Amino acid sequence: MWMLELPPFVLFLIGGLIAATTRGKLRGALMIAIPVISGLHLWTVPEGVHLQLMFLDYQLVPYRADKLSLMFGYIFHIAAFIAIIYSLHVKDTIQQVAAMLYAGSAIGAVFAGDLLTLFVFWELLAFTSVFLIWARRTPQAYSAGMRYLIMQVLSGVILLVGALFYIADTGSISFDFIGLEGIAGWLIFIAFGIKCAFPFAHTWLTDAYPEATPTGTVLLSAFTTKVAVYALARGYPGTELLIYIGAAMTCFPIFFAVIENDLRRVLAYSLINQVGFMVVGIGIGTALALNGAVSHAFNDVIFKGLLFMSMGAVLHMTGRINGSDLGGLYKTMPKTTILCIVGAASISAFPLFSGFVSKSMVMTAAIETGHDWVWLMLLFASAGVFHHAGIKIPYFAFFAHDSGIRANDPPNNMVLAMFIAACLCIGIGIYPAALYSLLPYDTGYNPYDATHVLAQTQLLLFSALAFVWLNLKGMYPPELRSTHLDVDWVYRRLVPNALQRMFAVIWRVDGEVRQAVLGKLNQGQQLLTRKSKGAGSFISSTYPSGNMVLWVAIILAAYLFMVFIG
Amino acid sequence: MLAHLPILQVVLPLMAAPLCWFLNRSKLVWMFALLVCAATSVNSILLLIEVMKSGPIIYELGGWEAPWGIEYRIDQLNAFLLLIISTIGTVVLFAAQTSIQKELDEDRHTLFYSLYLLSLTGMFGIVATGDAFNVFVFLEISSLSAYALIALGRDRRALWAAYQYLIMGTIGATFILIGIGMLYQMTGTLNMSDLATRLVDVGHTRTVFAAFAFLIVGICLKLALFPLHLWLPNAYAYAPSIVTAFLAATATKVAVYLLIRFTFTVFGISFSFTTLPLQSILMVLGLMGVFAASITAIYQQNVKHILAYSSIAQVGYMIIGYSINTSTGVMASLLHLFNHALMKGALFLALGAVMYRIGSVQLSQFQGLGRQMPLTMSAIVIGGLSLIGVPLTVGFVSKWYLLIASVEAGMWPVAVLILLGSLLTIVYIWRIVETAYFKPPLPGREAVKEAPWSFLGPIWLLVIANIYFGIDTRLSVQVAQAASQSLFGINP
Repeated sequence: MWMLELPPFVLFLIGGLIAATTRGKLRGALMIAIPVISGLHLWTVPEGVHLQLMFLDYQLVPYRADKLSLMFGYIFHIAAFIAIIYSLHVKDTIQQVAAMLYAGSAIGAVFAGDLLTLFVFWELLAFTSVFLIWARRTPQAYSAGMRYLIMQVLSGVILLVGALFYIADTGSISFDFIGLEGIAGWLIFIAFGIKCAFPFAHTWLTDAYPEATPTGTVLLSAFTTKVAVYALARGYPGTELLIYIGAAMTCFPIFFAVIENDLRRVLAYSLINQVGFMVVGIGIGTALALNGAVSHAFNDVIFKGLLFMSMGAVLHMTGRINGSDLGGLYKTMPKTTILCIVGAASISAFPLFSGFVSKSMVMTAAIETGHDWVWLMLLFASAGVFHHAGIKIPYFAFFAHDSGIRANDPPNNMVLAMFIAACLCIGIGIYPAALYSLLPYDTGYNPYDATHVLAQTQLLLFSALAFVWLNLKGMYPPELRSTHLDVDWVYRRLVPNALQRMFAVIWRVDGEVRQAVLGKLNQGQQLLTRKSKGAGSFISSTYPSGNMVLWVAIILAAYLFMVFIG
Repeated sequence: MLAHLPILQVVLPLMAAPLCWFLNRSKLVWMFALLVCAATSVNSILLLIEVMKSGPIIYELGGWEAPWGIEYRIDQLNAFLLLIISTIGTVVLFAAQTSIQKELDEDRHTLFYSLYLLSLTGMFGIVATGDAFNVFVFLEISSLSAYALIALGRDRRALWAAYQYLIMGTIGATFILIGIGMLYQMTGTLNMSDLATRLVDVGHTRTVFAAFAFLIVGICLKLALFPLHLWLPNAYAYAPSIVTAFLAATATKVAVYLLIRFTFTVFGISFSFTTLPLQSILMVLGLMGVFAASITAIYQQNVKHILAYSSIAQVGYMIIGYSINTSTGVMASLLHLFNHALMKGALFLALGAVMYRIGSVQLSQFQGLGRQMPLTMSAIVIGGLSLIGVPLTVGFVSKWYLLIASVEAGMWPVAVLILLGSLLTIVYIWRIVETAYFKPPLPGREAVKEAPWSFLGPIWLLVIANIYFGIDTRLSVQVAQAASQSLFGINP
């Protein structure tokens, strides 16, 4: 075992440097080499605390490996590997550097054993990923990126305040179970929640992800929310509240996703829905549920990545992404079509695809712990996922009415990346034991029993039936170019408008008051000028100094006044 | 020799200032001034070691015993301040010769150096002395030379800014003098420790209250506490670059020291914080300063103005730490003194380098400099990160202790406001970064060369110090802790 104490994120930071200084094929080769080397190295790393440092008076633990963090470490390496292959054709240095640093920050965050280190990587995640959005170089991307950055930094600041309170309360900065006790627990919970796209805090995700570059979105979908899922699994397992938040997250995006036209935004909503399943699992907190949450995070990174990659390929080749503009692409993009369908089958949790082996764990856990209503909501959500992600995405992009676009399959590196992801989706679906052996707990769970398979197949078939029937009857919401209002309307339109009006009133009042006061002052000044002839220009030119002296006098008078009454 | 360290600190630059006129050759004078400054830094390091080892040093001038004679009293606090001022003064002076060649006429170089040394003398004197009237004398020495230094600026507005500073500074100094005079009238002594013992008996009289009010307002004017800050932005913006870097890193620090010295040592904690709602007044003014100055900074077009307003905001942080009125709070304040000197020293020197190359520090002129002056601009980025308070820089350390102090004292709204203030810092630093790195170079301007090494050396020395003391906090934290504990009478 060589260099055990080298935290895995270091290699990625070096990778960022390499990406900044090299060009062309050499850069591609080196960038692929980094997740491979780092991943192989990580595979040999045993559990335990591998690095500790003293900073100020605190014990920092930048490298703690246990089953939970290792699991996320592996999947982040796989995601980085796939995404780098997918973006090999990109020549934009800023994107490549940001990609490496972003992956490195995500990996650093999951191995952080103390709150301070976590905070550092938490903020780094925000600052590195925003460049993937800005790299689209459109005005919408710029302002969406700004909004994204503000939300992310806000989450980091809340985390820092929470950590401060936590330290003041407990005297320790180690990042273990926190729980919703006291203001510290709540603040940290909110910070995690913002990054995890809890309802009402989710708008940064659906706002910014579809504005990023085709390759950038693939990376974004893999890391930010999954780091938050990891943090919740570490700090708040078994928190009752999470079950309901998670259940809400699985259901509400479905309605938005069904009517949304931008297919990558549909995927962004479905990302929230999938994260909802994980959050429910964490909230239930039994061994089976946590296993389900973690393994679903693992699978989601791959199949959501695959879907974003296929839509990225469509965007890259056609320049369009709205469902209303696309259709009939299967004729000229057969490979992309097939790979996209694999991803769609996985996210819909078809048996023999990866989504099935993890989603069913969470649902079984919900039933086992007596959360019947939650189970029903999850069932509804599963059907909804199948609708908007499983059918809608491939159908509107590749089939439906022929749009007349004749775009070819994307460059080989993109196809290869999608192919790897698709293989993983099917591989895990067929042989789930490989995934289960990595999980934090040993539960002996078997997804392929008669009830699971039957129930899931039934559900999927009837959903498909519903879609076909609705579509034939013309009742399915058609793809229209329209803007759908989400809660971000409140802070993007309502609040600014209200503020604008309020300030308009304030300025007017202020202006009038000011004029009145200035008028009086001018009168006084003229009086002074008349009394001391010729000094007029002197008085007006030193107005600023006079202003300052006035302040001095006011403050001194205030002090003295307080002394004498006090 | 060792016994005379306290007076050497002050006398060395005082004697050297007129000697500059005998050399009267720009380069020679520079080397001489540099030598003197370096000597004072060594002196201050020796003093700090001595004080940390064996407690406060008392030095009687001319052998006259206090309270009849003047005594110099160096404890951890003074030694810490002396170290900050002398080292920053030396590092900044390294770049001086290159910078003033562009910014000053040849015949003013000697004047510049001797004023620089005089200003340094004044600051050392204020910090080192244990005599209240002596404080006023040195305050005038440092202020008068500072006015002259600012007025040396090429920009014609420099004269006007210096004049405003003169008016305000004089009012401040007069207030301080009135305060000291009242104290003398009531106690018959000017020695600080003597004052402290005698004030207990007359502490309830209105004269002492009034003296306290005059002193506090006078000092707050000197340290540019909001809303008494109006003189500062122009004075910093139009002064020669080196003067800005020097004053920004040192002058307000000395005023903060005076505030701490008078309230804690002379008047005593119980008097200072109970007779007046000083704590809440200063807390509110500090917070308002942070927000008002940061927001103003966002809208400035001159980068020197941006950083000058940022200095006012940083003073706000120091005052917040001070007015929390716990040992940790004062320690955070002292740490921020040290750290802010490092950040602003680096940033203003980097601006000096930009001024040297393109002759302007308007934000619009920064377009494309990210590629053309990579080392200077990356120094500005790191200095800016430190100003924001990003971990692994000094800015983080002092903000951290400030937050800890406010949480410990149960003032968590203050903690939240401090963090929000930091977010504003991100905005104005980002404006500089965005212009320098993400906008195309100005059309029609020749390619700008990287700054010369005489600039890059001191700039990067300070930048590395920003990172080094952000990771290895032993020196700064230990000394600040010792100083604040001795102020609160806690024995470590």
